[in-house]
Amino acid sequence: MKVLVAVKRVVDYKVQIRVKSDNTGVETQNVKMSVNPPDENAIEEAVKLKEQGLASETIAVSIGDEKTQDVLRTSMAMGIDRSILVKSQNPLEPLAVAKTLKKIVEKENPDLVLMGKQAIDDDSNQTGQILSALLNWPQGCFISSLKIEGNKVLISREIDEGIENLETKLPAVLTCDLRLNTPRFASLPNIMKAKKKPLDMIDIDTLEIDTSTKIKTLKVIEPPKRKAGVMVNDVKELVEKLKYEAKVI
Amino acid sequence: MTVLVIAEHDNKNLKSSTLNTISAAHKISDDIHLLILGKNIDELSNNSKSIQLIKKIIKCDNEKLENFIPEILSPIITNLAENYSHILAPSSTFGKNLLPRISASLDITQISDIIGIESKDTFIRPIYAGNAISYVQTDQKINLITIRPTSFEKCEESGGSAQIEEIPYIDSEVSTIFVNREVSKSDRPELGNARVVVSGGRGLENSENFKLLYDLADKLNAAVGASRAAVDSGYIGNEYQVGQTGKMVAPELYIAVGISGAIQHLAGMKESKVIVAINKDLEAPIFNIADYGLSSDLFQAIPEIIKELDLLNRINS
Ligand SMILES: Cc1cc2nc3c(=O)[nH]c(=O)nc-3n(C[C@H](O)[C@H](O)[C@H](O)COP(=O)(O)OP(=O)(O)OC[C@H]3O[C@@H](n4cnc5c(N)ncnc54)[C@H](O)[C@@H]3O)c2cc1C
Ligand SMILES: Nc1ncnc2c1ncn2[C@@H]1O[C@H](COP(=O)(O)O)[C@@H](O)[C@H]1O
Repeated sequence: MKVLVAVKRVVDYKVQIRVKSDNTGVETQNVKMSVNPPDENAIEEAVKLKEQGLASETIAVSIGDEKTQDVLRTSMAMGIDRSILVKSQNPLEPLAVAKTLKKIVEKENPDLVLMGKQAIDDDSNQTGQILSALLNWPQGCFISSLKIEGNKVLISREIDEGIENLETKLPAVLTCDLRLNTPRFASLPNIMKAKKKPLDMIDIDTLEIDTSTKIKTLKVIEPPKRKAGVMVNDVKELVEKLKYEAKVI
Repeated sequence: MTVLVIAEHDNKNLKSSTLNTISAAHKISDDIHLLILGKNIDELSNNSKSIQLIKKIIKCDNEKLENFIPEILSPIITNLAENYSHILAPSSTFGKNLLPRISASLDITQISDIIGIESKDTFIRPIYAGNAISYVQTDQKINLITIRPTSFEKCEESGGSAQIEEIPYIDSEVSTIFVNREVSKSDRPELGNARVVVSGGRGLENSENFKLLYDLADKLNAAVGASRAAVDSGYIGNEYQVGQTGKMVAPELYIAVGISGAIQHLAGMKESKVIVAINKDLEAPIFNIADYGLSSDLFQAIPEIIKELDLLNRINS
């Protein structure tokens, strides 16, 4: 079984983001960039499948600019065998990302695609579902558990009501929730080893897909700030304030 | 210009997220159709006729639609799509799971999780866990959108008399089999929809202690929520998580107990009207956005609050 993992390079989740003063977007220059957090869960799951002898090869793919190589090196330091960077200067919308991933799937013929459930920058939560539809492969979204037996796939999905259990077949597209597993840290020797693992680069233009922007961003602004509140001295004061000032109880 | 709203339901009742989505649709057009896909939904469809804002109900009733497998639902929606200028679904796990498949089949980029509608083609959505607000515009021939339910009022459920149109089921080869759903039963209000939410974090220390929170919630007729740390540690189920990767809530009153206030948590609750934070660490960032902060040990504070509430109730009765 060959496993493909889609990895996005995003502003690190610990960074306090800043809206650009010209309101065209969010400042991404000179801020720490990392692997999109749920994509780390996808990487971890792929590496585990390899360790369990279920996966024969694991491949990470990312679409982004030259700098995106760093998250692919991180993926390989975590245990991914090799990676592919599809070079694109402009950020793509989920539909275009999915079309790009479809091309890579057609080239690499994986049996399983693992992705994150959502990118923490655009918070779209779309790409895996779109890829599944484009490939006409089963989709399993927001998974918190995965079991593969032959070509049978058993998953638990996190839904608003609790957990949903599904059974499906390979090949499939699965999107990972943060609770699927605990991503490992890359050890120093593995970081060194990852430098020698293959990282292929292809230009997005060679894939001949429509990557044009369909959604225009008119402006990006700061969210309204909440007014500073007060500290109360004790429980009695709290309850009184909630009752007579805020009138919410 | 007609707007199609994809109903979220449990084959018996509409979820309240559907009512929020209908209100959002009404900001775009007066001509709104409600699409109900499910199994044995005669009663559900008939009851939905009374929603005043709905002009027509389109229903497809088939046993294969019982569990909302997106691969089975999406061809039916795609088949109707060209009649509509906008297709809306709630940005619940139901809508998130389903609508991007329509994006794929129509080759249209979807706009996720909008919190406002500027005009028929311009929408407002949070990005970066709500740390930035983006205004986006599209000239695609169909606007595919998921709606954040807490950003739109629930519509009235009475006063209307919509027609029902039944459409045929479209069979599709799907290899996914539904096994089961593990749903926790509770008499408390629904988290996404409650007037008061009491949320617990890692400060609660274990699932036993969450009982304290349940007691407080019951006094306030509140829903219970949790931080990711509390869910990850197994104190409570995933369906209670509030935040960027959990549920969005915007109650009248949100009480955060033993929660530090990470941006990913704030993303899910900072639109609440009144926020109370109870935390023993005066430096906890949750205090920066709380209307009322109480720096105290929760194991002392919560029983005291319950006592005070009892006292109030006795005075009032
Ligand atoms: C991609 C991503 C997505 C995420 N999504 C979410 C999300 O959707 N929702 C979410 O909540 N988090 C999310 N997180 C996690 C988030 O970053 C924080 O780790 C999490 O919210 C912390 O939970 P907590 O506040 O309960 O725990 P902690 O940060 O450990 O805080 C516990 C607090 O309890 C207080 N405390 C301890 N004991 C007591 C006591 N006896 N009395 C009073 N106070 C006490 C402490 O002072 C502390 O402030 C996400 C993280 C990432 C990276
Ligand atoms: N540029 C990209 N390169 C590789 N994978 C991506 C990219 N954008 C999105 N993805 C994948 O799609 C998932 C969902 O992203 P989104 O639909 O944008 O929220 C992410 O967690 C990644 O696994």
